[in-house]
Amino acid sequence: MSATATATEIDPTVFHLEEEPHHEEGSSTMLGFWLYLMSDCLIFAMLFAVFGVLGGNYAAGPGPRELFDLELVAINTAMLLFSSITYGFAMLAMDKNNQRQTLIWLAVTGLFGLAFLGIELYEFAHLIHEGATPQRSAFLSAFFTLVGTHGLHVTFGIIWLVTLMVQVSMKGLIPANKRRLMCLSMFWHFLDVIWIGVFTFVYLLSMLR
Amino acid sequence: MSADKNDHSPDTHEADHLGHEAHNHGSFKSYMIGFVLSVILTAIPFALVMTGVLPTQATALIVMGFAVVQIVVHMIYFLHMNSKSEGGWIMLALIFTIIVVVIALSGSLWVMYHLDTNMMPTMHDMTNMGG
Repeated sequence: MSATATATEIDPTVFHLEEEPHHEEGSSTMLGFWLYLMSDCLIFAMLFAVFGVLGGNYAAGPGPRELFDLELVAINTAMLLFSSITYGFAMLAMDKNNQRQTLIWLAVTGLFGLAFLGIELYEFAHLIHEGATPQRSAFLSAFFTLVGTHGLHVTFGIIWLVTLMVQVSMKGLIPANKRRLMCLSMFWHFLDVIWIGVFTFVYLLSMLR
Repeated sequence: MSADKNDHSPDTHEADHLGHEAHNHGSFKSYMIGFVLSVILTAIPFALVMTGVLPTQATALIVMGFAVVQIVVHMIYFLHMNSKSEGGWIMLALIFTIIVVVIALSGSLWVMYHLDTNMMPTMHDMTNMGG
C-alpha cells in the first residue's frame, strides 16, 4: 500500500498464475467445432426419432414404395460421396501448400454439392407435384423435415465453401484459412455421415416396410 | 508451421499435440481406402433393396449393419478420428453423444411403439391405421 514500495518488493501471496498459460491462436477451435457437430448430431437424432415413430403413418396417402425412386437416391448418394473424396483431395493439396490445387478441388467439391442439392430439389418438386406435400401425412412431414434439414446444412456448407474459396484466393493458405478449411472439412464429412443414416433409414428401410 | 510452434511453446505436451494435429489430415491412400470401402458399403445395400433377392428381414438387418460399418469407416478415414485427437476430448464428446442418441432413439421408438399398439383399438379414425 505504501507508495515507497520498490518494484522488487512484491507481495509473495499471488492469487493468479505468474505466467499466463500459453494458448496458441485457434488451438481449441477443432474441439469446439467438434462439440458443435455433436450438438448438430443431436438435432438429427431427434429428427430420425420423429421419422422412426411417424414413418409408418401414411394417412391413407402415398407410401415410400409409390414415392421414392431409389435410382435417383443412389445417384444423390454418389454425388455426396464424390464431394467427400474431392474435399479430402483439397485438404491434401492444402497440406502441400498448393493454393491453386486446393481451390480447384474445393470448386469440384462445390459442384458435386450443387449437383446433390439440385437432385434433391428435383425430387422434392416431383413429390409435391404428385400431391405428396409435407401436409399430406405424418410420414411426409417427418420425411421433408429430416431430408430438408440435411439439405439446408448442405446449402450452408456450399455458402461456407464459396466464402472460404474467396478468402483463400485473397489471403492465401495462411494458418487461419487452414483452420477454417479444416472446420469445413469436418462439417462436410459429418454431413456425409448423416446422409448414410438418411439413405439407410429413410429410403432403403422404408421400401422394406 | 509446426517447427515454429515448437520454438514458441515451452509446454512439450502442447507442442506434441499441435505437431500431431498438423499431420492428421490423412494421406491419399487413406482417403482412397475410405472411398472404396464407402462405395462397396453403399452399393451392396442399394443392390439388395432394389433387387430384393433376400427375405425382407435379412435385407433390413444387412442394410442396417452396413450403415453402421460405413459410419465407422467415414469416422476413421474421412474425419481422421482416433482416441488421441485433441487429447481424447473428441472421443469423449463422441461417446457422450452416442449414449444420448441411443437413449433418445431407443426410448422414443420403444415408448411410441407401445403407445401406438395400446391406443389403437380405441381410435375412432381407423383409416389412419395403414402401415
